[in-house]
Amino acid sequence: MSTEGARRPLGVLPGSRETATAAIPPLAVDAPVRRRGPGWLTLLARRKTTLIGAVLMLLMLAVGVLAPMIGGDPGHMDVAGRLKAPSRAHWLGTDDVGRDVWSRVIYGARLSLLVGAAVVVFSFAVGVVCGMVAGYYRRLDNVVMRVMDGLMAFPAIVLAIALMAALGASVVNVIVAIGVVYSPRVARVVRGSVLVIRETSYVEAARALGVADLSVMTRHVLPNCLSPVIVQASFVFAAAVLTEAALSFLGVGVPPYVPSWGVILAEGRLYIQQAPWLVIYPGVAIMLTIFGLNLFGDGLRDVLDPKIRGLTSERQSQT
Amino acid sequence: MKTYVARRLLALVPVALVVATVAFVLMHLAPGDPASVIAGPDASADDVQKLSRQLGLDAPLPVQLVRWYGRLVRGDLGQSIFLRKPVTEAILDRVEPTLLLTVFAITISVAIGVPAGVISARYHNSATDQAFMMAALVGVSIPNFLLGLLLILCFSVWLGWFPVAGYSPLEYGYLKTLRSLVMPAFALGLVQSALIARVARSSMLDILREQFITAGRAKGLSERAVVYKHALKNAMIPTVTIIGISFAILISGAVVVEQVFNIPGLGRLIISAVLRRDYPVIQGVVLCIAGIYMLINLAVDLSYIVFDPRVRYQ
Repeated sequence: MSTEGARRPLGVLPGSRETATAAIPPLAVDAPVRRRGPGWLTLLARRKTTLIGAVLMLLMLAVGVLAPMIGGDPGHMDVAGRLKAPSRAHWLGTDDVGRDVWSRVIYGARLSLLVGAAVVVFSFAVGVVCGMVAGYYRRLDNVVMRVMDGLMAFPAIVLAIALMAALGASVVNVIVAIGVVYSPRVARVVRGSVLVIRETSYVEAARALGVADLSVMTRHVLPNCLSPVIVQASFVFAAAVLTEAALSFLGVGVPPYVPSWGVILAEGRLYIQQAPWLVIYPGVAIMLTIFGLNLFGDGLRDVLDPKIRGLTSERQSQT
Repeated sequence: MKTYVARRLLALVPVALVVATVAFVLMHLAPGDPASVIAGPDASADDVQKLSRQLGLDAPLPVQLVRWYGRLVRGDLGQSIFLRKPVTEAILDRVEPTLLLTVFAITISVAIGVPAGVISARYHNSATDQAFMMAALVGVSIPNFLLGLLLILCFSVWLGWFPVAGYSPLEYGYLKTLRSLVMPAFALGLVQSALIARVARSSMLDILREQFITAGRAKGLSERAVVYKHALKNAMIPTVTIIGISFAILISGAVVVEQVFNIPGLGRLIISAVLRRDYPVIQGVVLCIAGIYMLINLAVDLSYIVFDPRVRYQ
C-alpha cells in the first residue's frame, strides 16, 4: 500500500475488485492493463443529465471557437436598422445602434469561455499552491488560512467590484479580480484533502524513505487530492462566467466596447419595453451555459463523491 | 459552551484584521495617489502636497495602516470625496432598502427552499422529488439580475402588475415599500431558494439513513413524526448554515439587483462610487458588507448551540 494508491485512476475505490484483478500480471507484454473496470468517463456518461451538461458545454465551446465563422462583426453599427425584431437577416434582431444581436451573443460566448477558463487556471494555480502549503506545513497553515479566511469574509461580488475599482476596467483585470476571489475557495478544498492524505501510510512511507517534500507533495499528495478539486473546477467556471456577467452588467467589468453578455444585458435593459429580444437572448445564453456547467459538475461530483465521502469519514474517525 | 462562544468570538479577531488590511491595500492599489484624486484635476502640485499632509498620506505605509486601524475602531470611515460627507453617514442613508430587500428575499427563499427540500427528501426519487430538483437546478443557473430583468419583462411590461423599477421609502407607507420590493425580492430569493432546497434535501437524506431514524420507525412512530420531528431537527444544522450563508450572499446579491430595479441602496452607492473613483466610499461599503457577513457567520456558529446539543457540552 505504498505509492500504489497514488496511481489509482480517479473513481476507482481502494480494495475494489478492479484493483484486485490488476495485481495479476498481464499475460501478454503488448497488452497493458490500463483500464480496470469502467473508467470514470464511462461512469460519467451513464447519467443522462451529465450528458446533457456535456453537450451544452461542447455547444458553447463550438459557438465560442467558431464565432468569426458563424457570425458577423459584433461591432458593426447600422443606425438605420436599429432595434429591429429578429428576422432572417438578423436572427436575434438588432440593438439600439443597429448591431447584430446574434453576432454579439456568440462573441459573448467567446469572452465567457475565455474568462471562465482563465479564472479556473488562475484560481487553481494560486489555490492549489496555497492549499498544499497550508495543509502540508502545519506551521504555515495558520498564516495562510487566516489570509484566505479574510479574503473569504468578503462576499464574492463585492470583493470583485472593489478589486475592479482598484485595477480598472479591462478583460485581464476581470480575470485577475475574479481569480483572486475564487482562489481562497479552491485553497480551502485542497487544504482539506491534503490534511487527510498527509496522514495516510503511503505518504508516511514516502517520507520515511527520505523523499523530498516537494516530491511527496507533487507525486503522492497532489494526485490524490485531485478529485474534490476537479469537482470544484466546473463550479468555479460557472461562478466565473456569472461573476463576469454581473460585473459587466453593473458597468464595472469589461470595457463597454467588448461584447459580453453582461454588457448586452445592461444596454438591453434600457430598451426592455421596445426590444425584449435584447434581454431574452443573451439571458438564454447565460442560463444554458450555467445550466450545462452545473449539470456536468453534479455528474462529476456523483462519480467522484464515494471517494470524497470515504476520506472524510476516515478523518472523522481519526479525530 | 462558554469556551465555544469565546472561541468563536476570538476567531473573529484575525479575520477582522485581515479584512481591514485588505480594504486598506485595495485603496492603495488604485492607480494615482488619493490626494490628487480628491484635489481634482485643476489643483496645483502645492495644493496636492498640502492635502496629502493634511490627510496623513505622506506618512510611511505602516504608520498609515496603524492609523487606519485606529480610525476603524472608532467607527470613522473617512470622508467621501464626491458626496462631501462622512462615509458612515452616506452608508446609513442607503442601508434601509438594502437590508429590507435582503430580509424580504431571505424570507422568500427559506419559505420556498426548506419545504421543497424536505418534501423532496421524504419522497426521495419520486416524480415530485425529480421535478423539484430539476426546478432547483434551473434556479441555480439563473443569475439574479437576469431573473430580475425577466420579471420586469413579464410582470411590468407585459402584464403591468408592478412598477418597472424604483423604491418607495418606508416613510411613505409600509405597503408601498413592500410592493416596490416584491419583484426585486423574488429575483433575489428564488435563486437562493433553489440552493437552500438542494442543501436541505441532501442533509435530510443523510439523516434519514441514520440508525435513530430506523429506531424511531421500529418503535412505531408515524412517518410524519419521524420526518418532521426527529429528522428535521437534525437536518437543520447544515440547513441553518446554508441559510446564514444565503443571507450573506443575498446582501451582496442585493448590490446587483438594486441596479436592475433602480433601488437607492448600498449597491447603487458602491457602483456610483466606483464610477466616480470615490475610494473612501468604496472602502466603506466593502467593509460594511464584510462586517455584516462576518456577524452573520458568527450568528450561524452560535445558532449551533440551539440546534446541535453536542456543541453545548464542548
